Amino acid sequence: MTPIGMGIAVVGAGIGIGMIGSKAMEAISRQPEAVGDIRANMILTAALVEGAALIAIILSLIAG
Amino acid sequence: MRRYILSFICVFCLAAFAFSQDQHAPQSGGHPAGEQHGAADHQPAHGEGSHDAGCGPIEDHGFDPGATAFHHVSDQNVYNIGPIQLPLPCILYAPGHGFTTFSSGRFHPDSHGNGHAAIDGYVLVEGLVRRIEDPSFPKGEVEVGHHPYLKKEVQENGKEKEIPYVCYNSQLYPTVGHSTADFGMFGGGITSFYDFSMTKNVVTMLIVFLFLAFVFSSVAKAYAKRDGMAPTGLQGFIEPIFLFIQDEVAKPFIGAKWEKYLPFLMSIFFFILGLNLFGQIPFFGGSNVTGNLAFTGVMAILTFLVVNLSGNKHYWEHVLWMPGVPSVLKVLILTPVEFLGIFIKPFTLMLRLCANITAGHIVITIFISLIFIFGKGQWGPSLGTSIGSTVLTMFMMAIELLVAFIQAFVFTLLTASYIGSAVEDGHGHDHEEAGAHH
Repeated sequence: MTPIGMGIAVVGAGIGIGMIGSKAMEAISRQPEAVGDIRANMILTAALVEGAALIAIILSLIAG
Repeated sequence: MRRYILSFICVFCLAAFAFSQDQHAPQSGGHPAGEQHGAADHQPAHGEGSHDAGCGPIEDHGFDPGATAFHHVSDQNVYNIGPIQLPLPCILYAPGHGFTTFSSGRFHPDSHGNGHAAIDGYVLVEGLVRRIEDPSFPKGEVEVGHHPYLKKEVQENGKEKEIPYVCYNSQLYPTVGHSTADFGMFGGGITSFYDFSMTKNVVTMLIVFLFLAFVFSSVAKAYAKRDGMAPTGLQGFIEPIFLFIQDEVAKPFIGAKWEKYLPFLMSIFFFILGLNLFGQIPFFGGSNVTGNLAFTGVMAILTFLVVNLSGNKHYWEHVLWMPGVPSVLKVLILTPVEFLGIFIKPFTLMLRLCANITAGHIVITIFISLIFIFGKGQWGPSLGTSIGSTVLTMFMMAIELLVAFIQAFVFTLLTASYIGSAVEDGHGHDHEEAGAHH
């Protein structure tokens, strides 16, 4: 069950980070002069989403 | 054109190298060719040579890429440069037995990190010191033979675990690993001895620390000597990175008090970056310090202390008793969640860095292992997979270079944003809350 739980967690993080990336690209193309701010916030948000997935992965590792 | 020829020669040499590993197999006693000598010099315990000690035939598990990968990312009691194992000091403590100190060179480790000798009941298995708890095992320095280690599956607390056994005088002795502070969550826990040794990770940290001390003192000297002039050399390399962290991370995320926290942010950024990059150097230790939960845990604890000790009244008010929210909600949801958040934030910092760096190291080891999984000792498949896995490994290492920077940046960025939330004045937030009430 451990690999399945990890896989599901990664799917969630993948969707989340993908949406962050796509929206950031859109935002940069709309407003290229704000690229620095957008990039920093994109990485910050992606890191937060990744954190949730990592907790799920560790929990499945402990439970499995 | 010359570059293409050069890269072809590189790939060919790698394939020949992989194939020559397979050639050892028939000489060492009839193992299936190619199965035994994976990843050049870091194959985990296998049955070779155990027959002379008389513990009966050992079942052959073949090449295990997972075990090889985990062996590579773990901390070790020897410092390995290629196949050479440099000894490190061992400081071991067993309750009731006292301290034992010696050099890990006395184990006489082979190129796989397996010791040929046992010292006071301690043995070196795959570069890690383990202890034989059985009191009937002789004390002092004992020669245990060329390869006395074999792995057996045992049931412990309902979980299956593989434990290395030592074969000595026709008898099998189980070994235990050193105590870990993970409370049994990752298969560790408190065992019968503690390892305070200077391990590979500690040596790597010292090397990176000395290197960074040299770099920054020379850069600082250059600023004093060349005041007002354009930066050159090392100074020119460090300055844009330093300014990037200062202007893009510290100033916007911490706010007015950024200068007070800048030394802390710079220290963790450059230390993590240095260790990330040092771990990328192939065959030079391959240390995985930033992929070690203990190391990232200490970094996260430092962040936790800095954030919570510098937290002002505004911060604690928002954690414990959020203004402008009904009391029922505060007691039931907000306060417990915010309180847990204090601990979850550094916990995810710890996990994120560790998981990202470890994953990179494991993927590279698995790509190299592909040669031994598909090659199986024949020229054709060995050469084919060598080319494929060289390309994959080089691609992965390029990605890892990027990840080394991104993860050091993310750790610093998140630390800065946590510090920023702890020291900010309430003005901005009051406006938002007023807006939410309309």
